[in-house]
Amino acid sequence: MADRITLQVARYRPEEQSAPTFQEYEVPVQKDWVILDALNHVKDRIDGSLSFRWSCRMGVCGSCGMTVNGVPKLTCATFLTDYAPGPVRVEPLRNFPVIRDLIVDLGDFMRKLVGVKPWLVRKEEKPISEGEYRQSPAELDAYKQFSMCINCMLCYSACPIYGLDPKFVGPAALALAQRYNLDSRDQGGPERMEELSTHEGVWGCTFVGECTKVCPKNVDPAGAIQRYKLEAALDWVKGVVMPWGGR
Amino acid sequence: MSTRTNEPLAWLLFSAGGVMAAMTLPALLLILGVAVPLGWIAAPTYERLAWLLANPIVRLALFVVCATSLLHWAHRFRYTLYDGLQLKHLHEGINFACYGGAILGSAVAAYLLLL
Amino acid sequence: MNEATTPFHSKWYRERTSTYWWMSSWPYFLFIVREVSSVFVAWTVVFLLKLVNGVSHGADWYQAFLHWASQPWVIALNVASLLFVLFHAVTWFNLAPAALVVNVGGRRVPGALIVGGNYGAWVAASALIAWALLGS
Repeated sequence: MADRITLQVARYRPEEQSAPTFQEYEVPVQKDWVILDALNHVKDRIDGSLSFRWSCRMGVCGSCGMTVNGVPKLTCATFLTDYAPGPVRVEPLRNFPVIRDLIVDLGDFMRKLVGVKPWLVRKEEKPISEGEYRQSPAELDAYKQFSMCINCMLCYSACPIYGLDPKFVGPAALALAQRYNLDSRDQGGPERMEELSTHEGVWGCTFVGECTKVCPKNVDPAGAIQRYKLEAALDWVKGVVMPWGGR
Repeated sequence: MSTRTNEPLAWLLFSAGGVMAAMTLPALLLILGVAVPLGWIAAPTYERLAWLLANPIVRLALFVVCATSLLHWAHRFRYTLYDGLQLKHLHEGINFACYGGAILGSAVAAYLLLL
Repeated sequence: MNEATTPFHSKWYRERTSTYWWMSSWPYFLFIVREVSSVFVAWTVVFLLKLVNGVSHGADWYQAFLHWASQPWVIALNVASLLFVLFHAVTWFNLAPAALVVNVGGRRVPGALIVGGNYGAWVAASALIAWALLGS
């Protein structure tokens, strides 16, 4: 195994540049290193000005998402040796505005997340005296997969629809809406449907499926969206056939 | 559910058409469009086809296949133009041409098969 | 982050999505091929309606249709259409379980079973069509 590999890292300094450029760094290769280790080596030993986000370095915080050789990846979960002999191209996550170097702005997602009401919505809260909301293992399984989202935004980076239309609510937000829609304790389905059965909601999705492919936590946002389309469509039919039906 | 958007209807028709097209068109096209013209098998006789098309169930089934497949094309092609060629700003013309074309084609199918 | 007060907000770099985004990766390209297959679905309907039209006008018209259908450009178009329609069918059946989550007796039916069911129905439908057209 070669002991060095070249990283081609995107640099963008808004105070000096009008567009990103690439800078090459040669880093050592260790068998257990991930891309994040290589970037930290650059920052510690070669070029302290390189800026990037990271935190847990174990795939649960969702901070270190970047585009590696054209594919959205968690850099803490992507081994350097998989790219030998290199070079490895490291860029910020696509489809987001770049603030600096490898750092992107996630404000758009944060606003959209609030819009899908990612919390338990109840018509009436149970009084404390009635005890907890009980949920069987089967009821938990109905939504558990969609609760695994770490908001890493790899899915938004992979989604061409989001790249073309920034108003699209997007895979993670829609999967998180489903996490609550399918939760037996939740009664917010009709409220969310007003937001989501819209062109910027589920109907903008054309099932490219790349979001599910790149998700590091197997959330399957594409599946969540298609299921929601069916549910929304059947709800629409019910509304047409039985317009008097209350909720 | 609000009638604010008709997307659910368009999607349901798209899905129905996708299923109909997937189930029936490969066999139909393989036999009638490829195998017979290339001489791999003998063409169905006129009498056989006339007998089939005299059956009202066959006519209805064929109409459903044709109409839903055209609406499937309309919906999918519309989004291909929006996303593939970034023509979303022309959405009014595109919608008219796609769904209008599909409805026109379905009308032709109805004329040929249901009247 | 308050956009109005961030000093370099107007300097955030925003890349426009290229018109050729669908050529930038194999999965994107296959996606567009899948979507374009709908055009060949539409052509197949046109072809079938021409046949129906021919038959409904009598044996002579039917013969004329057969003659038209065996022209090289029509055959070429139909061969291409067959490939696209097959691609549509396969991708459609494989993706069906995403939308159709079926629960039987509290347990979720495995996606593979739904896919299998689709292919089974496809074989049955195709056999029925073949018998209808070619049987005696």
